[in-house]
Amino acid sequence: MTGRASITSDPGVGAPSGDGREPAVRIVELTKEFSGGVRALGGLTFDVPRGELTSIIGPSGCGKTTTLKIVGGLIDATSGSVEVDGVPVTGPGPDRAFVFQDFALMPWATVLRNVAFGLELRGVDRKEREETARAYVDKVGLAGFEDSYPHQLSGGMRQRVGLARALAVDADILLMDEPFASVDEQIRRQFQEDLLRLLSEESKTVIFVTHSIEEAVYVSDQVVILTRGPSSVSKVVRPGIDRGAGSDDIRRDPAYLDWVEQIWHELRDYLER
Amino acid sequence: MAASAGIRVGRTASRRAAARLSSPWLLRGASILFVLGLWEWAGRIPVNVAFPSCTETLAALGEMLVDGTLAEAYAETAGPLIVGVLLTAVGGVFAGVVMGLSPRAEWLGLPVFIVLQASPSAAIIPLITFVYGIGFTAKVFAVVLLSAPVIVLNSYRGIANTPRSLVEMSNAFLASRWQRIWKVVIPAGSGLIFAGLRLGLAQGFTGAVLAELIITPTGVGDLITFYRSSAEYAQMFAVILSIILVASISVTLLQNLERRLFRPELRAL
Amino acid sequence: MELRGHRIPMAFSLLVWFAIWEVVGQLGLVSLLPPFSEVIAAFPEVVSSETFAEAAWITLEAFLIGMALSFAIGIGVGILMGTSRAVGSVMGMWVNIFESSPLTAVVPALMALLGFGLETMIVTVFLFSVWVIALDTQVGVERVNPSLVEMGRSFGATKRILYSQIVFRAALPELLAGIRLGLIRGMKGVIIGQLLIAVLGVGYLFELYSRNFLMPEFWALLIIVFAFAFLASETVAYFERKVALYASSR
Repeated sequence: MTGRASITSDPGVGAPSGDGREPAVRIVELTKEFSGGVRALGGLTFDVPRGELTSIIGPSGCGKTTTLKIVGGLIDATSGSVEVDGVPVTGPGPDRAFVFQDFALMPWATVLRNVAFGLELRGVDRKEREETARAYVDKVGLAGFEDSYPHQLSGGMRQRVGLARALAVDADILLMDEPFASVDEQIRRQFQEDLLRLLSEESKTVIFVTHSIEEAVYVSDQVVILTRGPSSVSKVVRPGIDRGAGSDDIRRDPAYLDWVEQIWHELRDYLER
Repeated sequence: MAASAGIRVGRTASRRAAARLSSPWLLRGASILFVLGLWEWAGRIPVNVAFPSCTETLAALGEMLVDGTLAEAYAETAGPLIVGVLLTAVGGVFAGVVMGLSPRAEWLGLPVFIVLQASPSAAIIPLITFVYGIGFTAKVFAVVLLSAPVIVLNSYRGIANTPRSLVEMSNAFLASRWQRIWKVVIPAGSGLIFAGLRLGLAQGFTGAVLAELIITPTGVGDLITFYRSSAEYAQMFAVILSIILVASISVTLLQNLERRLFRPELRAL
Repeated sequence: MELRGHRIPMAFSLLVWFAIWEVVGQLGLVSLLPPFSEVIAAFPEVVSSETFAEAAWITLEAFLIGMALSFAIGIGVGILMGTSRAVGSVMGMWVNIFESSPLTAVVPALMALLGFGLETMIVTVFLFSVWVIALDTQVGVERVNPSLVEMGRSFGATKRILYSQIVFRAALPELLAGIRLGLIRGMKGVIIGQLLIAVLGVGYLFELYSRNFLMPEFWALLIIVFAFAFLASETVAYFERKVALYASSR
């Protein structure tokens, strides 16, 4: 029942990724200082292996979302380098798609239009983009709601719209900012499994910011643990949970629980300081 | 057992009756009747020589409706009002949007409109006659002067307060500047823009009436002045009542339209 | 706006407008607009004249008394409207009707009823400002977090303390917004009232100056009135902002 597990003691550089290819995203000594002197990031270094789900976890306010937005090109770094496929990041691009924590849906547009929005901005013609959008609406389980408006949907459904929108533009890298934070606990577990199922069909690299250790251990191939702000990488771990078993079994698997416990200890040190 | 059941049934029935009685429309209707009654009583005493009773006023109103005095007057007032409001609607929304999009325009324009909005700009109205005489243009100017600031400021706020997460989302999905403006910023701001138009209409009414009371005696303003000077108070009150009704009804119609158009926005995310 | 990397506060744009005014005035482009410098020069004359003192005094008197009435009745009715749904829906209809009506039309009736004096002006100020104060107070009271009230009750607060300490403070942001808007409308009311009555106060002065084409004096007086209105509203806005700090965490 226990899968392969490994801890790297140095902060992630050169850690063996699943298939040994070049990492999709390489971050070296990334710092970010906001105007007003707030130092959010104090020098992050880690790799994001291609085709895997890497989550970033850490105490509140440690800069997880900031890191994600820098990779997404929405915020500029102060120093350090962020490379996607060997190319430095200068802004948003078609190779990266973002899923927002607060959904960021346009309230005046239908689900279909929201999902198709990325394609609309690219100038894809209406028939084609609606077709693509419909397919993804179906994939995330919202078939039948194409003509509904966001305010008619529950929080969980709205997030699925956000996910569909990000999938529809067919970017290689998916950036997810605490996507399930605003969703009910019961639904959250279902979402985690749906996400894993979707990813197994689509083959993407995912960077996933979360507060929840259990979530991180459950969904990730690699977990990057950040220290308190101005943050650096505390540890990078690879839980290696074997997901062949049923989800309920996994969540009771001693290896799984051990991992959660270890990461919790790691973080607790920072919370208590 | 049967007895207590009877009481329970009785209580439910009376509670339901009470609920029906306290329905908003019934209460409002009752309050209208109450106010009209109070008015009638005050007019009969009379509270003041110049205070007509409710029935007198309503009778005068009916008369003026029938013999076309009101229709004629409103036709005259409507001209400058409509032209003025349309002008401000187009120009004001445009100015507000530009101010919301361009920091330079904002820097130049915002203080001016904030001052105009906070100040009794009606003081400028007597001056209008020097430039525009006492004709149509002068009255349009009065309407524009009073309705512009609120329209401009609301449009500005609608554009400047686009939810940041929507702006970020459009950047993340590679929107160009124009795409962002047309597809996100303006739709997001349209609720406030429309609210500004509604408020601007209300102010426009004030401008039109004020112009007719101060600058040039035409339309409904003239009717008021005329009836006051000839001490026909019932008629004067009737005209005033009609103005209040017309203004309230038009603004309420706009408000309902606003609610229907922007219903999703009312529960915006 | 930035010039050579330095941020220039927005208020300075008014200086730019004054400069434009000066140029337009010097060039004589608009007969109504004397050069700004002449307007400034007229200030001491206007302010020191006896008519101004009289006019300012009566305007202030009407304004302050009318606003006091508005506060008392507007806030009181607003609280009632906010606490009782029945009252709120019934009175709400009336308040909304009058809030968006051109109450300017009522002033001639007031003149017929109350004459051409202070009473008319006080009632005008009251009528212009009370509705928005009542409405915003209602909204503020309605928005008070019910758990705050429950908390107060659970600690045994009397109704008086409940209202004065908890409800009032929790509704303060909306109340202040209403007061600010009420002040602005009250000022509009007093000026409009005086423009119509035309024999009293600052409105009379405006009429006098414009009739005799004393443009620098007219604009000087206008700036004084505008500055007063703006200062009053910005003072309340200042408190609004301070209160808004805790508003978001209510």
